[in-house]
Amino acid sequence: MNVISETHFSERAFPIAGPVLELENISLRFGGVHALTDISFNVLEHEVRAIIGPNGAGKSSMLNVIGGLYTPQEGRIRFDSELLSGMTPGRAAKLGIGRTFQNIALFKRMTVLENIMAGRKLFNHATFLEVALQLPRARREEIEDREKAEEIIETLEIQHIRKTQVSRLPYGLQKRVELGRALAAEPKILLLDEPMAGMNVEEKQDMCRFIIDVNDHYGTTIVLIEHDMGVVMDISDRVVVLDYGKKIGDGTPDDVRSNQNVIDAYLGVAH
Amino acid sequence: MDLYEVLFFLEVLVGGLLAGVMYSLVALGFVLIYKASSVFNFAQGAMVFFAVLSFVGFMELGLNFWVALPVTVALMILVGMATERFVLRPLVNQSDDTLLMATIGLAFVLEGLAQMAWGVEVRRLDLGIPDVPLTWLADLTGIFVSALDITAGVVAGVLVVGLAILFSKTKAGLGLRAVADSHAAAQSIGIPLKHIWMMVWATAGIVALVAGMLWGARSGVQFALIGIALKALPVMIIGGFTSVPGVIVAGLIVGASEKLAEVYIGPYFGGGIEGWAPYMLAVVFLMFRPEGLFGERHIRRV
Repeated sequence: MNVISETHFSERAFPIAGPVLELENISLRFGGVHALTDISFNVLEHEVRAIIGPNGAGKSSMLNVIGGLYTPQEGRIRFDSELLSGMTPGRAAKLGIGRTFQNIALFKRMTVLENIMAGRKLFNHATFLEVALQLPRARREEIEDREKAEEIIETLEIQHIRKTQVSRLPYGLQKRVELGRALAAEPKILLLDEPMAGMNVEEKQDMCRFIIDVNDHYGTTIVLIEHDMGVVMDISDRVVVLDYGKKIGDGTPDDVRSNQNVIDAYLGVAH
Repeated sequence: MDLYEVLFFLEVLVGGLLAGVMYSLVALGFVLIYKASSVFNFAQGAMVFFAVLSFVGFMELGLNFWVALPVTVALMILVGMATERFVLRPLVNQSDDTLLMATIGLAFVLEGLAQMAWGVEVRRLDLGIPDVPLTWLADLTGIFVSALDITAGVVAGVLVVGLAILFSKTKAGLGLRAVADSHAAAQSIGIPLKHIWMMVWATAGIVALVAGMLWGARSGVQFALIGIALKALPVMIIGGFTSVPGVIVAGLIVGASEKLAEVYIGPYFGGGIEGWAPYMLAVVFLMFRPEGLFGERHIRRV
């Protein structure tokens, strides 16, 4: 799949910098099930970081730990070198961690534009009275929100459906709207849980292009889970590989491709 | 039709419209919860009963009206917070059906608590607003309308305008719609489920108190108040489950049509059709306009 411009990896507007997210010795259990065991890795600012692994490897659990949906029994998370404890989804959103879900979670009764505006509005400061009376701060925030929303709609090429109720849209477009809503909050880190699951080749190419565009234009750090190895190797700077809740590989796509443990996990190994 | 008949018709109509406002007030509590949780709150009738019985109870303890009112409002806010903490929070991301069952349980708890604390006798509630026709209005126009009905109309109007602004214009309103649609999505963009639910249930509790006070002043504070919640059902079906203006219009339609039906069609059935006429109307709506007058049209992919 040749959707990535040559310049993406060579001359980036936002060159990869130091660690923005560090996970140290994370272990997560559900009763007796060890979903994650002693996992450590970091995410560098402005990079595209992929988490891959076979079904049940703990990829979504890992993402949910970062997003604050699950609280690990052991381990530490640092965000911008600051130690986080008692992470919740609300806290994650405030820190600038946006996300999309494997099974799309959109406000289905709202339009595309409303969904994207919703992603932003909750960070506004204008009070009930200011909005009701249309005081300057409320008006200014409304204008900013609209401009940002329109910019995102344009970037994701969804102008034609901006007034459409989300429940009427096909799957591929819903995924794109969900990405748009996460972007609206201008996140530092974007967690994408299987952004290309269930898509056809053309939709996958589009989604790859959007992910790269977002990374290029806004410098957003991206952590994504993906099944399609081809896609992952094309767009990621570094890849971490999980299998049965343990980390079995970590490095550039080329490192990972030649890692014997990874090959065994994916192709199976004779015992 | 002579003048007397016209005046009589107007009187029935106005009386019906104002009774309808009282139905709207009860239905408003349902709509609030439905908007935030997509759940029909079976406990709304119990909340009406709990709220007004507590209010009367506080007054019997010797508090005067203006002290008992804020105390009861505070109590309903506490009930809202407790509901969030002990009923809703453990059920985050569960199906709507689970929440529905939880509201049935909540109804029993509230009914039980209210009667445990305040006893089971029927109480009188005197708001100081007489439920008798206004003489000056009767002299002026020849139409008899009760002062209590007019008060109910004004109170409902104020509540509706306030809530409409809250839902459509503010951050909290947007958060509420978002939470109703998807818990996971709402959390991911930083909407605090906790605060939204607390706010909604407390507001529904306060609306229940207002409705309970007006109904209690008319028909006594008693267990039967729970039954008026049933009258809210046709109102919600006609108005649409998610629309604040919808329940007001539908409440007026239900109130006016049941009184007019009773007076003009009732005699053919031997009278007493007031009780079921609204449900017939609701059935007609379910057949031809299931989403109600102002509800959201549902689209289902097959």
